[in-house]
Amino acid sequence: MEDIEKTFETKELSISMGPQHPATHGVLRLVLNLQGENVIKCTPYVGYLHRGIEKLGENRTYFSALPLSDRLDYISSMNNNVGYVNAVEKLFGIEAPERAKFIRTMVAEMGRISSHIIWLGTHVLDIGATTPFLYAFREREVIMDLFEMLCGARLTVSYPRVGGVRNDISQEFLDKLYAFVLDFPSKMDDYETLVTENRVWKDRTVDIGIISAEEAINWGLTGGMLRGSGVDYDVRKYAPYDAYDKVEFDIPIGKKGDCYDRYIVRMEEMRQANRIIKQCIEKLPAGPVMADAPKFTLPPKDLVLKDMEHLIHQFILITKGPTVAEGEIYMGTEVPKGELGFYFVSDGTGRPYRMRVRAPSYVHASVLPRLCEGGMIADVIANIGTIDIVLGECDR
Amino acid sequence: MEPLEIAERIREVFPEEVLAVSEFRGQVSVTLRKTRIRDVSRYLHDDPELYFDYLIDVCGVDYLGKKEKRFEVVYHLYSIKHRRMIRLKAEVGEEDLTIDSVTSVWIGANWHERETFDLFGITFSGHPDLRRILMPEDWEGHPLRKDYPLKGPATEWQGFEAVLERSRRFREYEWHG
Repeated sequence: MEDIEKTFETKELSISMGPQHPATHGVLRLVLNLQGENVIKCTPYVGYLHRGIEKLGENRTYFSALPLSDRLDYISSMNNNVGYVNAVEKLFGIEAPERAKFIRTMVAEMGRISSHIIWLGTHVLDIGATTPFLYAFREREVIMDLFEMLCGARLTVSYPRVGGVRNDISQEFLDKLYAFVLDFPSKMDDYETLVTENRVWKDRTVDIGIISAEEAINWGLTGGMLRGSGVDYDVRKYAPYDAYDKVEFDIPIGKKGDCYDRYIVRMEEMRQANRIIKQCIEKLPAGPVMADAPKFTLPPKDLVLKDMEHLIHQFILITKGPTVAEGEIYMGTEVPKGELGFYFVSDGTGRPYRMRVRAPSYVHASVLPRLCEGGMIADVIANIGTIDIVLGECDR
Repeated sequence: MEPLEIAERIREVFPEEVLAVSEFRGQVSVTLRKTRIRDVSRYLHDDPELYFDYLIDVCGVDYLGKKEKRFEVVYHLYSIKHRRMIRLKAEVGEEDLTIDSVTSVWIGANWHERETFDLFGITFSGHPDLRRILMPEDWEGHPLRKDYPLKGPATEWQGFEAVLERSRRFREYEWHG
C-alpha cells in the first residue's frame, strides 16, 4: 500500500475555464493551475466584451451618451441610468424635482430586485439547485413587464433623463407595482425555504471564499461583497442621492465574509428594496417630473412641435450639447453590484472631455484569485457566483 | 475636517509636492508632482485622522494640447471611517511616462493601473503584473489617448484579420450536396 502511495504523483495541470463556460456568466476566462483538485493559481482574463464605452462617451453629448450606460450592466440598466443622470446633474448643477427623485428611487430598487433575483437564480443553479432559478425568473418577469409598461423597453430602458425622468407614471402602473410589493415578501420566503437552510447549499458556501473586512476595503470591494464582510458602507446611506434620505431602510451586514454571508446579505437587501419601493409609492409627491432648467434639459416634445423657441433649444441641445462649466466631478451610486461611479471632466463644451466609469464588476473580478487560490476547483464556481459580476460592466 | 483642510494638511506635510488645489461643486482636487505619489498615498492611508482606506478608482486623463504635462493620473480616495472623499491628480509628462504604483498601499489599485497602462500607455513602476487587460496583448496603440482615432486604426488588428481570412475562405467554399 505504501509503495502505491509513493508512486502516485500528481502533476501541475493548467486548464482554461472560459471564455465560453456556463458558470462564468459571460465571457470571463480563468486560467487555473491545478494540483489535483486544489487551485494553486488563478489568473482571470477579461476584455472580451470591451466596446470602448468611455471613448464613445467622449464623442457624444451628455444626453446621447445615456443609452451607453444601459449597456454597462445590462441586467440592471435602470440603476446605471440613475447613476449616470445623477452624475451629469451634479456636473450641470441642476436638481431633479421631488417627484422624479421618488420615481427614480422606486425604479432603481426594482432594478435591484431584478438583478439580485438573477444573481440568486444563477448562483444556486451553478451550485446545483435548479428550482429556485425557475421561481426567480417568474418574479423577474413581473418587474420586466412593469418596466415595459413604464417606458416600452424591458432591458435597455433609458428611462431616467438628465433633470428627471422621461415620462410620468400612471396609476395603473402604481397599482400593479403595489400588488407586486405586497406579494413579494411571501415569494422571498419561498426562496429562503428552498435555499437558506439547505444542507447541500450550506456545505458548498459556508467558509468558502472568506475575506476579512480590512482586506475587502483594501481590495476596493463594494456592495454585497463588502457588506458580507461586516462593513456597512453603502452609498445610499453614506452619500444619499435621489430620495434615499427620505425613506427608511436598513443595511444588512454579514459577519464572516464567506459566500453564505454574502448570500444572506443580498437576500435581506431584496427585502429592504421591497420596503423602499413600498415607501416610495406611499410617499410619492405630486408635481412635475422634469427640472425647470431650459439650458440643461430637453424641452417637452409637445412644445417643441408647437413653439419656435423650444425647437431652437431642442436643436442646440441635441446637436451642440449644453454649455457646461469647466470642472470635474465624481459621483458614485449604489447599483446592485456595488458602487458604480462616473467621473466626468468637462472642458466647457457639450461633450464630456473624459468620461470614466468606475465599474464594481471590474474590481470584483480582480479579487477572484484572492478568493480561489488555495481552495478546491469546485469552489471556483461558488466564488464566481458570489462576486456577482456582469462582464458588460467589467469590460465596458 | 473639511475637504479643503485635508488639502492644506497634504500641503503642510508635502510642501514640495502639491502644485494646486481646486474645488468644484464641493469636491476638492489636489494636483501633485508624480515623484512621491506613493509616499503621499501611504501617508493618507495610514494617518489616523485622515485614514483614506478605500481607493475608489484610478484612471488616466489625456490633456493633449491643453496642459503642459500631457497626462494626469487621477486617484479617488474615500475614508469609510470619516465619510470623506478627496481626489489626487498626479501630472505625468509625455517625456517620461512612468509613475510609481500604489498597489503596495491599496492592493485594489492593481487592475485600475493595468487598465490605465493599457488605454493610456502610462507605466507604473513597482506594479506586480503590468500587462494589457482590456485590449488584446498584441494590440498596438493606446485607445483612450486623444490622438487615437475613434473608429480605430487604419489597419485591422492581426487577430481580426485572421478571423476575416477564415470567413472569406468559408464563403468561397462551394457546396456540392
